[in-house]
Amino acid sequence: MKQFQYVKASSNAGVISAISKPGTKIIAGGTNLVDLMKRGVTAPDKLVDITHLPLKDISEPMGNVMTMSIGALALNSVVAEHPRVKEMFPLLSMALHAGASPQLRNMATVGGNMMQRTRCTYFYDTAMPCNKREPGTGCGALGGINRMHAIFGTSEKCIAVHPSDMCVALAALDAKVEVSGPKGVRYIAFTDFHRLPGLTPQLDNTLASNELITRVIIPTNNFAKHSYYLKVRDRQSYAFALVSVAAALDIEGGIIKGVRLAMGGVAHKPWRLFDAEKALMGKKPTEENFAHAAQLAMQGAKAYKYNAFKLKLAPATIAEALKHASGLV
Amino acid sequence: MEKEEFGTDAMPQTGLEDPSRRSFIKQSSLLTAVALAPATAIKAAEGHLDEQIAGALEKLPLRMEVNGEMHNLSVEPRATLLDILREEMDLTGTKKGCDHGQCGACTVHVDGQRVNSCLTLGIMVNGKKVTTIEGLAKGDELHPMQAAFLKHDAFQCGYCTPGQIMSAVACINEGRANSEGEIREFMSGNICRCGAYPNIVNAITDVKNGGMEA
Ligand SMILES: Cc1cc2nc3c(=O)[nH]c(=O)nc-3n(C[C@H](O)[C@H](O)[C@H](O)COP(=O)(O)OP(=O)(O)OC[C@H]3O[C@@H](n4cnc5c(N)ncnc54)[C@H](O)[C@@H]3O)c2cc1C
Ligand code: SF4
Ligand code: FES
Ligand code: FES
Repeated sequence: MKQFQYVKASSNAGVISAISKPGTKIIAGGTNLVDLMKRGVTAPDKLVDITHLPLKDISEPMGNVMTMSIGALALNSVVAEHPRVKEMFPLLSMALHAGASPQLRNMATVGGNMMQRTRCTYFYDTAMPCNKREPGTGCGALGGINRMHAIFGTSEKCIAVHPSDMCVALAALDAKVEVSGPKGVRYIAFTDFHRLPGLTPQLDNTLASNELITRVIIPTNNFAKHSYYLKVRDRQSYAFALVSVAAALDIEGGIIKGVRLAMGGVAHKPWRLFDAEKALMGKKPTEENFAHAAQLAMQGAKAYKYNAFKLKLAPATIAEALKHASGLV
Repeated sequence: MEKEEFGTDAMPQTGLEDPSRRSFIKQSSLLTAVALAPATAIKAAEGHLDEQIAGALEKLPLRMEVNGEMHNLSVEPRATLLDILREEMDLTGTKKGCDHGQCGACTVHVDGQRVNSCLTLGIMVNGKKVTTIEGLAKGDELHPMQAAFLKHDAFQCGYCTPGQIMSAVACINEGRANSEGEIREFMSGNICRCGAYPNIVNAITDVKNGGMEA
């Protein structure tokens, strides 16, 4: 690991001014950043430790504030086990439990999880070309072993997927991200937070380099009874998703009154399935309707040499997640 | 002044402040000094020229309680908790497997919570309590989990064992040892290349059922 300077931050403003200088990076849990620094994928001159900032709070809806707010420094394990999170947003708890290992979840923060970088092996291998790591060098995965890679929203520059489980649930739950920068506070819809690679795959998201994530806000909903996070991976646990699906249904009198669907492991960002959602509204929660919606969700999918299996795996996973969420299985 | 640093009288004397001349003097004094007293001079010269690097290499004070004992150390910011435990403190019970958060061999408890010490910067543990495998036993009396691992043959080569035991203790403390499935899920961050898993599960089940304080 390259040597670096270490400073501790005691205020949001301090962090923002520190990260406004090039070569300076925030460190929270360190589970992604330290790993990337050890591998030489990133080599900051200075780290700003933000773990002492008061951003760990999880606050519940009160009065007419119909949202739950989760601080950027809340640990993945704490959020996953929080009684009100489990009760109100079981989807989020399930997604968090599906990610990483208990040790890592004890270190990983909400903000860091959102900012974690792709697990594309060519991105990690500094001997290989990668437009995300070094813009303009090419993409090792395009003609390489692209088994883990995207089938939606790719560009000729990058076909990597976003690796987070938590983010798939938050995209489905219509969460908002509160960020703080030199000009003050702004809010980003979760579905707009991560971006597609386009011509600038080095940018994973729409956060400016001088902005700090302060919290995530989730509106209350009626999905708690019918939620399911299904993650398909190479081994039973402790592996990244090949395909994952966050499914949330609001079923009343045998009719779907509301539905949210998002997929992980298929795109550069958590992939919301808006067409499938529309198709299910007002319908009965049946296997046929789920299969139909799953097919609609696959429109525009494009596979590469080694990930063609995802074209079959993805719709099957969507249908299966919906069956679990609705109580059919 | 170079003169002072290199401790030699052989340096050209000048009262002029001409920069190019100064740098010439610096150069030549360095050469002279090297010629006169190689080892010390080179060391000093390096120290001087690397001043900026030295700034970045600065060590920071780290105060942490390890296995019940307070330690005051001085560490580089890039040193991981794992490397500090093993190399600075000689606590080699904690193992380095993958060094990238993938195997769990380096599992320790920080303020009672299990973490991967290979991905933890030591400096970030300042003011916290660390427990390693060396801190589990009470003198000669093994921790119940250590005893159970012995009883159930829960290791072969033993390399993953310290991390497995630290995780196993945490697994029970977290209330996640209620079934074989749950134990397997919550021990999944610890990889054993020898495949000792069934016996590890038995050992944990035993401690859990024995109602022993883990
Ligand atoms: C072996 C292994 C397996 C894993 N498996 C999974 C998995 O299955 N599913 C999954 O979802 N994840 C998985 N992870 C990833 C893990 O969840 C992330 O590394 C973790 O969530 C990152 O959080 P952190 O706090 O440690 O971030 P850090 O490593 O501290 O930071 C990551 C990035 O976020 C930035 N950052 C952190 N906080 C903020 C903030 N508040 N504002 C702005 N920028 C910020 C940092 O500058 C850095 O660039 C795995 C990791 C490992 C090592
Ligand atoms: S897919 Fe993206 S991250 Fe992977 S090698 Fe290509 S450019 Fe890099
Ligand atoms: S050495 Fe830390 S997880 Fe492998
Ligand atoms: S006993 Fe050999 S690695 Fe686990």
